[in-house]
Amino acid sequence: QVSAALKEGRVSPTELCQQCLSLIKSTKFLNAYITIAEETALKQAEASEERYKRGRPLGVLDGIPIAVKDNFNTAGIETTCASNMLRGYISPYNATVVQKLLDQGAVLLGKTNLDEFAMGSGSTDGVFGPVRNPWSYSRQYKEKSVPKSHSEDKESNWVITGGSSGGSAAAVSSFTCFAALGSDTGGSTRNPAAHCGVVGLKPTYGLISRHGLIPLVNSMDVPGILTRCVDDAAVVLGSLAGHDPKDSTTIQDSFKPFELPNLTDVSKLSIGIPKEYHAPGLSGEILAVWSKAADLFRNAGAKVVEVSLPHTCYSIVCYHVLCTAEVASNMARFDGLEYGHRSDMKESTESMYAATRREGFNDVVRGRILSGNYFLLKQNYEKYFVKAQKVRRLIANDFVKVFRSGVDVLLTPTTLSDAAPYKEFIKEDNRTRSAQNDILTQAANMAGLPAINVPTALSERGLPIGLQFIGRSFQEQQLLTVAKWFEKQVQFPVIQLEEVKRHDHDVFQHEKSASFS
Amino acid sequence: QKVSVEVLDHLEHLALVDFRDSEGVERLQKAIEFADQLHEVNTDGVEPMDSVLEDRCLYLREDDVTEGNCTKELLENAREKVEEYFVAPPGNIPLPKLEERDTFLQGS
Repeated sequence: QVSAALKEGRVSPTELCQQCLSLIKSTKFLNAYITIAEETALKQAEASEERYKRGRPLGVLDGIPIAVKDNFNTAGIETTCASNMLRGYISPYNATVVQKLLDQGAVLLGKTNLDEFAMGSGSTDGVFGPVRNPWSYSRQYKEKSVPKSHSEDKESNWVITGGSSGGSAAAVSSFTCFAALGSDTGGSTRNPAAHCGVVGLKPTYGLISRHGLIPLVNSMDVPGILTRCVDDAAVVLGSLAGHDPKDSTTIQDSFKPFELPNLTDVSKLSIGIPKEYHAPGLSGEILAVWSKAADLFRNAGAKVVEVSLPHTCYSIVCYHVLCTAEVASNMARFDGLEYGHRSDMKESTESMYAATRREGFNDVVRGRILSGNYFLLKQNYEKYFVKAQKVRRLIANDFVKVFRSGVDVLLTPTTLSDAAPYKEFIKEDNRTRSAQNDILTQAANMAGLPAINVPTALSERGLPIGLQFIGRSFQEQQLLTVAKWFEKQVQFPVIQLEEVKRHDHDVFQHEKSASFS
Repeated sequence: QKVSVEVLDHLEHLALVDFRDSEGVERLQKAIEFADQLHEVNTDGVEPMDSVLEDRCLYLREDDVTEGNCTKELLENAREKVEEYFVAPPGNIPLPKLEERDTFLQGS
């Protein structure tokens, strides 16, 4: 819709950019952004405006404000990964996905906050502080929360965004941008999407280039897409997918961007409900929403079957070993010599590296590096690392079997419950929280399958609940078509942010439910 | 079984990262216990999986130089450099042994 508005001249790219920038300023308390690239964004908006004036926009994304998670390299803009290790690091190049968006004319507003090096499931462990879920300030949430005392309530009861792409999810959810890039290794795009009530797409591994995405787990990382509706996600996917000679893990098959059909007949669809996703700790509410969704498909004529993915319960343990092992390797590049933080220690190369890493990494990162090194020790290699790789195959095979049996798409919950209050969340440590929260999303990364979170309903506390669809490898079109149909059926409510109302009311009423496609 | 101080020291050497305090060591212990659950799974006859794209051929491009000559940009982010070199403190000096190092493990 907003793209059409830009084309018709109802709003100009610079106006749009400025509104988003001022909205970012007024929602600063969310802490969604680490760096705001105001000058460059305005320049990009101006260039876009020129193009529209001449009637030659680059495409649907021309002039659309977007945000990028701070673990993607962006030329000339600080890229920190929310870590002291990369504070002050100005990337010399753009990640391929960033370049592709810029080539389409998108306006890069800034870099969003995350857990340090994308390790975490709450966006609470970065050095710039935690990200607050915009829904904490929504009328829907406030109506349902019991006020203890008026002044204290607002400040201390806020809920987390989920992670690790919490900043991106919060940015999209609070209307400061129309799409954002996140990354997904264990659920890091889908988890915050569910908690913030936005669409979070994890593409098939190998579809979108990882060149420029600071790696966590090379065999599972993918760039993730966060938008307010499924059609938008398809548009962004269309501009990002495809082989990249700079990333040899991208497949060589040619990719054709697609438009999503408006599905009316689901009778040929087979939806699988994996029973193991009824995981311990799953809230009654989410279970009910999941059931209702299954019924929705059934009543519409689709074939809904219960299926089994027996090794689901081991995916977290498997991930734990493989992730820490790959992290131990990937974090080795941070030694202070070529970029990033460097300690003043001058005694020897090794002691300088050790001091730099001691000063630059937080507990979570250090913990994972040490665990990873432990699992990779000669005496442990077979027992842990290779064993985990074998279990990984079992998990991936589970999916193959289920899809081979005729199921088109799997329907599962995305999170165990709605967003927790920050005060509750920090009571347990990062690893425990990750282990608890990644359980429903992790297996898709293990198997490299595409998955998407679609906001479905509000919980009793007035917070978003999302459901996840997992599709076959490289079948994003089918996956998104089903997701779009579902989105239409559930009519997820728009967030009612009171802060937003203080703004230029008219233009924002127009933008509020706006998508750009 | 608790991890021995020798192994902990070895890990600090390998990773060039310190445990910092007893919490750090505890964290490793718990991580190992957690990972031990893997042994419940029967993986007889299962090949380890390195990548989900294992059935495809890796892309290889022609061995032609297509980019480079960006010395200036690359040096920009380094703190210590001289002309076109990154400057490192003297190498070949191993990290001090446990007894001489300023590490939490010394006390254990």
